[in-house]
Amino acid sequence: MSNATTTTTDRAPSVYVPSAEALATVLAPGARPPRPSALGASLTFGWRAMLKIKHVPEQLFDVTAFPIIMVLMFTYLFGGALADSPRDYLQFFLPGIMVTSVVMITMYTGLGLNTDIEKGVFDRFRTLPVWRPAALVGMIFGDVLRYILAALVILGVGLALGFRPDGGVGGVAAGIGLLVVFSFAFSWVWTFFGLVLRSEKSVMGVSMMVLFPLTFLSNVFVEPSTMPGWLQAFVNVNPVTQLVAAVRAAMSGSSDPSSTMWLLAWSVGFVVVFGTLTMYRYNRR
Amino acid sequence: MSRRTTGLAIEAEGLTRSFGDTRALAGIDLQVPAGTVYGLLGPNGAGKTTAVRVLATLLRPDGGTARVFGHNVVTEADAVRSRVSLTGQYASVDEDLTGTENLVLLARLLGLKKPAARERAAALLAAFGLTDASDRQVKKYSGGMRRRIDIAASILNTPDLLFLDEPTTGLDPRSRNQVWEIIRAVVAHGTTVLLTTQYLDEADQLAGRIAVVDHGRVIAEGTPGELKSSVGSGTVHLRLRDPGQRPEAEKVLQAALGVPVQLEADPVALLARVGEAGSDLDASAQAARALGDLARAGIVVDDFSLGQPSLDEVFLALTDHPAVPADERDDQLEAAR
Repeated sequence: MSNATTTTTDRAPSVYVPSAEALATVLAPGARPPRPSALGASLTFGWRAMLKIKHVPEQLFDVTAFPIIMVLMFTYLFGGALADSPRDYLQFFLPGIMVTSVVMITMYTGLGLNTDIEKGVFDRFRTLPVWRPAALVGMIFGDVLRYILAALVILGVGLALGFRPDGGVGGVAAGIGLLVVFSFAFSWVWTFFGLVLRSEKSVMGVSMMVLFPLTFLSNVFVEPSTMPGWLQAFVNVNPVTQLVAAVRAAMSGSSDPSSTMWLLAWSVGFVVVFGTLTMYRYNRR
Repeated sequence: MSRRTTGLAIEAEGLTRSFGDTRALAGIDLQVPAGTVYGLLGPNGAGKTTAVRVLATLLRPDGGTARVFGHNVVTEADAVRSRVSLTGQYASVDEDLTGTENLVLLARLLGLKKPAARERAAALLAAFGLTDASDRQVKKYSGGMRRRIDIAASILNTPDLLFLDEPTTGLDPRSRNQVWEIIRAVVAHGTTVLLTTQYLDEADQLAGRIAVVDHGRVIAEGTPGELKSSVGSGTVHLRLRDPGQRPEAEKVLQAALGVPVQLEADPVALLARVGEAGSDLDASAQAARALGDLARAGIVVDDFSLGQPSLDEVFLALTDHPAVPADERDDQLEAAR
């Protein structure tokens, strides 16, 4: 009796014999349902991303451990030198490191796509009669949840270390909202590279080459006014600078309409340019 | 019950496609009647997979045209996609997800509401003998189970045309028979199946017509019977006790069968094609006569077999080159992709 419930995983419990009748019932063509909407299909692909997190929870390492290390490292590394104390520095620095970490995490979209597409499952997705970008949009929807998780982890660490945003819950939520909007748009850069480049390694290489200057040559760590003029010129047009300024303003309870506008313009630009390039590659692969 | 069993499911003319310097398709023509199993037979790198990928809208051809149920695969890709399903050479399901999750995901993408999708998934898993494995990740499935979930995923919406790219490569004989049974049930239900395979016996078992593909071209086409009679219906393999007797055995065989005899790498082995079209005797009678002649000549035969021509032999007969060396081409194709 008790051994009736014991199952061995590597041995099939019984030999499968295909039965014509059983197959006939599942082969009976029902009425074809109407195809799902673009949003519906994208959300279904987003659900796939959730399921993957459920089955492979290790992949959350980069949105939990990595951000914690970033916050601790830079707060105590620069805190004493750049401000009176790590705690003072944190008020300036936390929105910036949140942006840095999340923007860096966006590159995993490209890595994920690059490995995913090598497997046969994307061939199946691409033969489905659904809105074409849905598979990629859904994938990024899944990533957006990871971005939110990373942002919350950083916020938690920050609060524990003494970060006290003047903007309150509303301000912080608005800041994270802007960050997520930008990250969603920026992810399309990586879907493009994920499709164009051959290996995971090369995607990683390109990501680092883009992300390091983009995040460090910005207002994340220090005020741009301390930099030489030529560097300021780059820093001031860097979308990360605009993003950090907007997030910082939102979290401190004020607003920075000019930065916010620039950051939204950049976001639209990334989706239009890299979204189009991505779909061009995706369709012609 | 069945949707479309008349007319042509696939019409391709002069399809070409290159990857870098490698011509994967060098002008393929195909006419696949609806409601049948059509076999694309050829070695690795012959262009079978590329042809399937073009017809399934995954790859654009460089030249030529292809229509699936009258829809152009390039300009009307979406109409084609709503009629076809593809089971690729490598698992075309998500290995991280469970069997149920995979089928529900795809059913939802085909437009079923959640309860209907769950119901459909459960029914398919039951019919494919996967109910016990439904909550296990696909990466933990055996090879045969993986193939089954793959095919189950392909018939979620009972497609009019199903592409099966080497569905039994790497499977043990029992799993292979299961897949064959499933394919027979699918086609009995009115779905057209385009099957690629490296095995003549598989094409023979399942397909109504076969196109033999080599270097991106169809080099022969017809029913399995027509193909085999053009190649000869069988091959005799002999192993002698004494390698020293091989030259003599070759002469005796040649005289008895009236066909060229090949010497194999093994110093005691010979092979010859029998049952060629136009011969007055069938393959087994010819083989029997040959054996008798060898015995009378005092040549001791240790091992004897009469079998269907292998793909290699079909290729030798059709192209005068063996089917094997395309492996390197295959690697080049992979790299070019």
